[in-house]
Amino acid sequence: MLTLLAILVDGLNYASWLFMVAAGLTLIYGVMKILNMAHGSMFAIGAYTSAWIAGWYFTGADSMWGYLLMLGGAIAAGAFVGLVIERGLLRFLYGRDPVVMILLTYAVLLILEDVTKLIWGVDPYFAFQPYTLLGRTQVGPLTFANYDFGVILVAAIIGLGLWWGLNRTRRGKLLLAVIHDPEMSVALGINVRAYFLLTFVIGSILGCVAGAVTAPAISVAPGIGVEVIVLAFAVVVIGGLGSVGGALAGALIVGFSRATAVHLLPQVDLFVIFGVMSLVLVVRPQGLFGRAQPRKI
Amino acid sequence: MAKDRTLLGLTLALALLMAGMAVFPQWLTFLVMMSLARGLVVLAVVLQMRAGLVSFGQGLYYCVGGYTAAMLGSLYGVHEVAVLIAATILVSATVAFVLGTLLSRYRDIFFAMLTMAFSMILYGVLVKSSALGSTDGFSLPGMTFFGWTPETQSTAVYILTCLLVYLIALAYHYYQESPAGYLAGAIRENEIRVEYLGSSPQRLLHCKYVMASVIAAVGGLLSALATGHVDPEMAYWTTSGEFVFIAILGGTGHVAAPFIGSTLFSFVQTYAYQFFPYTWQMVLGLVLLLIIVFLPSGLWSLVQRSGSEKPRAADH
Repeated sequence: MLTLLAILVDGLNYASWLFMVAAGLTLIYGVMKILNMAHGSMFAIGAYTSAWIAGWYFTGADSMWGYLLMLGGAIAAGAFVGLVIERGLLRFLYGRDPVVMILLTYAVLLILEDVTKLIWGVDPYFAFQPYTLLGRTQVGPLTFANYDFGVILVAAIIGLGLWWGLNRTRRGKLLLAVIHDPEMSVALGINVRAYFLLTFVIGSILGCVAGAVTAPAISVAPGIGVEVIVLAFAVVVIGGLGSVGGALAGALIVGFSRATAVHLLPQVDLFVIFGVMSLVLVVRPQGLFGRAQPRKI
Repeated sequence: MAKDRTLLGLTLALALLMAGMAVFPQWLTFLVMMSLARGLVVLAVVLQMRAGLVSFGQGLYYCVGGYTAAMLGSLYGVHEVAVLIAATILVSATVAFVLGTLLSRYRDIFFAMLTMAFSMILYGVLVKSSALGSTDGFSLPGMTFFGWTPETQSTAVYILTCLLVYLIALAYHYYQESPAGYLAGAIRENEIRVEYLGSSPQRLLHCKYVMASVIAAVGGLLSALATGHVDPEMAYWTTSGEFVFIAILGGTGHVAAPFIGSTLFSFVQTYAYQFFPYTWQMVLGLVLLLIIVFLPSGLWSLVQRSGSEKPRAADH
């Protein structure tokens, strides 16, 4: 019973940050049809920014403003890097082969990996203050960090915000139209390029925010970005590329399977994630929520 | 069409490398061995790239090859290179056949990311297994070469590397000149039409995947023999990424391109690493961007460029 509770909380917590990363990745893919390998770098940049702010802020004061500052810093960093990449590079190359685009974003990933090293150095950052500051909750013999509940809350807010933005606002509905059929959207007078920019910036911000809220729980070191992109890709593929709802489902599936594995059979945690992914792909190659693509001759 | 001088060129290169053995200083011998071994992995990436598939996980087989040899050598006491070669081919072909049944259903992004995922899984497993030395890896014992026990190991490895690479390069070249080789381009351009013409792209890609895996595994075996050491880094994404980088740098036009690209890369890497250890990846990324944007067919296209054939317009 207690193990079950632990699995539930860990799974939800893990699913939360997976969802935050994967939502940005899948949104960018849905609109622009680019699998953004540099998304992992966004995660890293967000994590570094927030760890850096936390280390600077929490040494003196320990009020709640620090959390907002960390989030704000990550959002600003995400918006800035997203803008630079879209305006400075991607906009010149739309319409190329998907494989070429993946190589391009791979090149961006390589560059950003070193940029983070140049800015923040190669030593790991431990921004544990925000994590410990919120205290712990005791449930029987188990202790949970309150911070983990906070992460779940942030992810829920982001998920709700995305749902509301996409389904209840004019811009969101237009964006859905672009996802559905970019060519028809252009014909109907939607400025698709503007939506590309908007999406890329929002996606980048999501990646950075995910990094920012995860940073206090991990050690922020070079290389975290790539582990994240591989995991996020598994999540997105399970849910179906381009579907935000799918990202949520994928994150929950991966989160709970990993938590189960960690608590019952810790040697196989990576296997479980990719095992689930392979299983889903064998049964539904387009993912759980993806639409099958018609083949074009 | 110009006369095919590949056989002559490759044989000349082999002769030159063999003759060079007498005059090369030791560091150069090592560099050539490593370039050739890694060139094989790049060749494997190129083999798939010609069919429009980018493998971000060729390091998987580079690692499988190296570890098969090293494990047989140090855990099971096999000291005969011929056995190691056979075992490497067998193991990598089996692994590739199984993974290929899943992977040959995927293209583009999916193929790229799934191959990357598989190699990262192997990396994760190796890092966690303390019996195999975890992140440090472990070393290979001395070998006999087809019954011959050489006085200096590196000379024998050098000869073996040159000969194997020569044979594989030749086989690769004639394969690309065969119908199955030309079908790669057709699959890249329009897979469904290939199906209508009566070929099975899936089976062909599966076949190419297994071939590429075996070639990469032999590359891993040779580099393990050359360095005398294996570690999980061989399966890490940066290693695979470098192979993709070299493949794009050299281009897919000719069998020699991967090896030239790989040699160039090794030279630059050796020096660049000393001068900018923290910005090396950034340099790679920038060069990659420049090549994709300005030289989509790689450096080989500079060698090959003929007046009659204009490069295809890249914009749609």
